[in-house]
Amino acid sequence: MTDERPQGLLISPIRSGTVIDHITAGQALNVLRILGITGTTAESVSVATNVASGLVGKKDIVKIENRELRKEEVDRIALIAPNATINIIREFVVAEKKGVETPAELSGVVRCPNPGCISNTAEPARSRFIVTPNGLRCHYCDWLVTKEIAEHIL
Amino acid sequence: MRHIISIRDLDRAAIDGFLDAAAGIEAKRYDPELLRGKILGILFFEPSTRTRMSFESAMARLGGVSLTMGSVEDSSVAKGETLADTIRVVSGYVDAIVLRHPREGAARLASEFASVPVINAGDGAGQHPSQTLLDLYTIRKSMPIDGVRVGLLGDLRYGRTTHSLAMALSLYGAEIAAVAPKGLELPSGIVRELADRGTAVTEYSAIEDVIAHLDVLYVTRIQRERFPDAASYLDVASSYRITPELIARARPEMIVLHPLPRVDEIDPRVDALPNAKYFEQAHHGVSVRMAMLGEVMG
Repeated sequence: MTDERPQGLLISPIRSGTVIDHITAGQALNVLRILGITGTTAESVSVATNVASGLVGKKDIVKIENRELRKEEVDRIALIAPNATINIIREFVVAEKKGVETPAELSGVVRCPNPGCISNTAEPARSRFIVTPNGLRCHYCDWLVTKEIAEHIL
Repeated sequence: MRHIISIRDLDRAAIDGFLDAAAGIEAKRYDPELLRGKILGILFFEPSTRTRMSFESAMARLGGVSLTMGSVEDSSVAKGETLADTIRVVSGYVDAIVLRHPREGAARLASEFASVPVINAGDGAGQHPSQTLLDLYTIRKSMPIDGVRVGLLGDLRYGRTTHSLAMALSLYGAEIAAVAPKGLELPSGIVRELADRGTAVTEYSAIEDVIAHLDVLYVTRIQRERFPDAASYLDVASSYRITPELIARARPEMIVLHPLPRVDEIDPRVDALPNAKYFEQAHHGVSVRMAMLGEVMG
């Protein structure tokens, strides 16, 4: 972590919790939205955006104190931050480190852009998308979301 | 429990199974008491003549009974009941549900709340699998579906029948030519998906350029409301009109299909030509829907 010392001035190390590193630059706030962390939840959250990174040029970092994110939670960010790494911190030490994997399905993350879709009504239909090589396919109406996925996040 | 929601859910063996069953039914090889004692719930949230009546006819020919919801204005839907609740309640009254609804994905949602099989009879601009099966059945009556060269003509952007037909044809190595007015072309997502399924779509600006190469010409209605004014509609509509003179340029075996209702896109003089198969196509709806009802309830 020595190459990241300058950020230590901005964000202090956390004792325990989760650090999401190597987020695609500019996507940190969307990552938090997908994780359901709004600022009104209890966690202490630090966000750094457009941080210099030897690996990918620029990146975003999110640190969440006292909460260990489960794998199925973090995999939901894979579509907008495919290179992200998840570090679980315990007593200032990285206890676990893992990448994100694109899930086969996404539920409750993206709103279907098709205004005629049944999932955009008062019906008890939760947004559900199948992840395909060409994009996200709505489970209900087959609409294909190919770009600007972040714009359709619920 | 077997639902029939989208042609995407069916592989080639399943589609062939329905077509074989429909052929047996058309040859009168079926049990007219197969569905005796069964009740079919017909829930149409949008107007329909042939789809509703052919499902009713199919149920009656198999010895069963149909219950129709009636118009939306006269039902609990007018009081604001959700589709999910309607489906849960009606599931207790019937042995299968046929649903038509203005929202895309409605049938998929219904299948998640139903305790009986659901058959999609059209959901908005989405899927209409029984139409696709009867389209394929009509093609197969005239020629093998494998490698068939199909021209899709008309509103290919909003026309749900062409999307699901194209998806199904991709299972048979068909070649697809698309002819659509500007702005009403096949959606790029569909073209890409067809390419992934190994079917290239060639787009033509005029039907005259491709008609000589086709085995099947599938004509769809161009809806007047898609155009800003009557003049631009008539301009397009006249250039997509199928006439005996146009058909004279086609191969003699080429068949003309249309999901109906037609308006101006096919000249009535075409009806008398041996190429015109659209009324037969509509009649096949009963055999194909009998096969579907037998599959989910038999």
